Amino acid sequence: MGNVDLARLQFGITAIYHFLFVPLTIGMAFLVAILQTKWHRSGNEDYRRLTKFFGRLLLINIAVGVVTGLIQEFQFGMNWSAYSRFVGDVFGAPLAMEGLAAFFLESTFLGLWLFGWGRLSRRVHLTCIWLVAVGAALSAMFIMAANSWMQNPVGYQTNASTGRPELNDIGAIFSNPVFVWAYAHVLLASAVTGAIMMLAVSAWQIRKRGDGAVFLRSAKTSLVVLFPAIVLSMAVGSELGVQEATYQPMKIAAAEAQWETCQPCSFSAFQIGGGNNDQDPTKIIEIPYLLSFLATNTLDGQVIGLNELQAQYEQEYGPGYYIPNVFIQYWSMRVMAYTASAVALLALVGLWLWRRGSLMQSTWFLRICTLAVATPYIMNTAGWLLTENGRQPWVVQGLMLTEDGVSTSVSSTEILISLGVFLSVFVVVATVWIVLIGRAARSKLPEDEPEGDGTPAEEPIPTLTY
Amino acid sequence: MDLPVIWFAILAILWTGFFVLEGFDFGVGILHWFVGRNDTERRVAINSIGPFWDANEVWLVVAAAGTFAAFPGWYATMFSSLYLALVVILVALIFRGLAFEYRGKSENPRWRKVWSLGLVVSSVVIPLFLGIGLGDLLAGLPIGADQEYAGTFWNLFTPYGLLTGATFLSLCLLHGATFLGLKTTDLIRQRSHRLARIFGGTSLVLGLTWVISTYLIADGVSAIAIGFLTLLVLGVAAAATMTARERDGWAFAASAVAIGSVTGSLFASLYPNVMISSTDASNTLTIANTASGNYALTVMTIVAVIMFPLVLLYQGWNYYVFRQRVTTPPTEPSQAHDRGSRPEDEASALDPGSG
Ligand code: HDD
Ligand code: HEM
Ligand code: HEM
Repeated sequence: MGNVDLARLQFGITAIYHFLFVPLTIGMAFLVAILQTKWHRSGNEDYRRLTKFFGRLLLINIAVGVVTGLIQEFQFGMNWSAYSRFVGDVFGAPLAMEGLAAFFLESTFLGLWLFGWGRLSRRVHLTCIWLVAVGAALSAMFIMAANSWMQNPVGYQTNASTGRPELNDIGAIFSNPVFVWAYAHVLLASAVTGAIMMLAVSAWQIRKRGDGAVFLRSAKTSLVVLFPAIVLSMAVGSELGVQEATYQPMKIAAAEAQWETCQPCSFSAFQIGGGNNDQDPTKIIEIPYLLSFLATNTLDGQVIGLNELQAQYEQEYGPGYYIPNVFIQYWSMRVMAYTASAVALLALVGLWLWRRGSLMQSTWFLRICTLAVATPYIMNTAGWLLTENGRQPWVVQGLMLTEDGVSTSVSSTEILISLGVFLSVFVVVATVWIVLIGRAARSKLPEDEPEGDGTPAEEPIPTLTY
Repeated sequence: MDLPVIWFAILAILWTGFFVLEGFDFGVGILHWFVGRNDTERRVAINSIGPFWDANEVWLVVAAAGTFAAFPGWYATMFSSLYLALVVILVALIFRGLAFEYRGKSENPRWRKVWSLGLVVSSVVIPLFLGIGLGDLLAGLPIGADQEYAGTFWNLFTPYGLLTGATFLSLCLLHGATFLGLKTTDLIRQRSHRLARIFGGTSLVLGLTWVISTYLIADGVSAIAIGFLTLLVLGVAAAATMTARERDGWAFAASAVAIGSVTGSLFASLYPNVMISSTDASNTLTIANTASGNYALTVMTIVAVIMFPLVLLYQGWNYYVFRQRVTTPPTEPSQAHDRGSRPEDEASALDPGSG
């Protein structure tokens, strides 16, 4: 493998790894804020205990989210220095804003929330957890703006003497249609992730522990969030597909393994074979008109095939191979969408059982809920593979090829060393995370305890929070 | 003043803020093992920085992202040339971040020891390597005409870089000791005072050597830089004196001035360059030849002008809320003997999810 492949591998692995933790942080932060708000409103001690219980899961997760984010921040310069030099003018701004507007907010109020139990007034303490959640959602906003610019570059002009894109319209960066839809999609995906985790843990607790009645509350809260979030994320996801069909037709054509232009186009549910060297795979179930509808929102819309797009791109950008890995595209799209449908069904069944009042007795359902904890990780990873692999061979669509973005001064030995180091660290971190999350998820609810009156003490703090 | 220069100043402020703030929590991260003789005492030391360290670290993140946005060329060359050093720093940052959150999550003494020692090592490694990297900006690295790094990992260990790293490390230790003196009581406070005097001594020696080397290496040191260099020496001396008189607040302020002055004088000596080329002066990266365009810098200046005061305000409030000294809980020391008879959930009663 050359430098480019190694650097891509490293970026892909570290970014996906970061994104295993990020959506849980975003989703869970909002859910914990909701639980604490319920406690604040109702004074019901159950909610305070649940807030602390799920707050602990949130903290274990945030720790990893933060430290893996640091790698992301540094590796643009480390592995992709030519890319950084080229796009920094446009791409750097949202990253810097993210730090100033989001990371400071999130980390400061997390400290205040964590150490502020019983020392801040309840109202202020509640505000802290909401600000943590807002900070997490804001950081996703800025990073998605940066990423969407790579999918669909807007708001810049090319400097005639250096040939580099320079920012000339910050408004365009944040009204980029790809950004608007992708950000909505990511927020919804995060809500789904948080809600499934809460549901899975609550279901286990209801089955195995004595506090079922308390965890029934959190199970209901998570179902109330999960159902609309999953339905909306599917709707927004399919609109995102339409947007991408406009700005990155190659990405969507590859996701459908559509080699020839068609109109109207049918959708294949499964195929055997396929890939960049197999243009005529065996399609198993074909649904007429569906692909036209998915890609264009009309029943008889035209979808331009990969071969025609390839010819167009060669005309526009010169000779080269502009088709991404079709196999990854086709399957990542389907894995995401099919898993999403299954989760939507699960949420629906949960709501129905709740209405019948038999949520706590339906052992089979509770067991499936616990197993469902894997689904958000599958969907999120598939989603990013679809997004990032579909942009290949470009690192910035139409402006810079991935192979031109890599650091020239870094040797492949160095990348191998860092890849090896990060991989080992990731394995250790994942193990520790699983052990700690597993233990926290199975621990007993914190006991009832008398709350202080919330006025800050003047004597020294007997804190042993950590 | 033009925008690139303003952004150079903003980055200098961010790095200074980073070392002034995270500097003491690096120090505490190292010293917690030595001022605390048992687990409870170590937890007290760690908890003295508990609400702060994460937000302090963001200063580094913002400094890096700010460099990316305002000086893409500088960011690209600096981060790719420091490649393996940054891998080391990243691993240390990962370990350190997890150590805070995970150390208390199990009662097992071996588990706690591993994270504690990890905290010590990572808190040594990060300021040391960052110091080497920052020192190298001024000492000069082999940079080619294409603005790309032309050296190897070993080229990073310039004598001046190493000296800068050692100076930062020593000042972090001093700063951590004065912070512990300010934030703890009784035995831990006394031990911190003793350590502050020791590291006041090492910092004075290293600081003076660093001042002289900086003066020699940066031809034509500016008046501002000389001001900072003087402040550095005065700060260290004042920190040691004030500790001896048990004036904890003043001692901490003095060590903050000292560590801030190192960063300040580094950037003041660097100006108007950002990364010196040791191969050919014409390859040196400067503010002018690495800066982003005017529009991007204007947008970011507006964002910074709005956000920065807000950040300072709520970070300041955070320090105000947790301004008291941290002590051992009255019940805790006696329980240390009969650990075996503790109720099962005792540990979780102390930790964030439930305490
Ligand atoms: C719980 C998570 C989740 C769920 C239920 C879905 N997705 Fe998704 N999807 C993501 C999580 C995700 C993601 C990981 O968050 C991505 C990666 C990049 C992005 O913007 O969101 C994504 C990207 C993504 C993209 C690529 C966007 C781009 O290239 O910019 C498309 C076309 C879809 N999704 C479409 C769908 C469809 C049609 C779904 C359901 C029927 C669906 N998603 C459900
Ligand atoms: C602002 C956010 C992001 C930026 C700027 C970004 C940028 C990049 C860059 C520079 C590469 C290397 C070049 C390439 O192979 O295309 C890359 C690849 C990749 N990124 Fe992203 N990325 C972002 C977010 C993410 C996230 C959050 C994930 C996943 C969780 C992700 C997944 C990947 C994958 C899987 C690859 C490898 C693609 C391939 O090898 O074909 N990216 N991305
Ligand atoms: C590939 C580009 C990315 C970079 C450079 C990056 C950078 C970072 C950094 C430096 C942190 C730690 C902040 C701290 O110290 O507090 C972080 C955490 C975080 N990032 Fe990323 N990130 C990337 C991708 C993403 C994406 C795609 C999202 C969301 C859609 C995201 C959302 C978050 C959130 C919510 C946090 C908070 C910490 C947590 O996960 O618990 N990041 N990121």
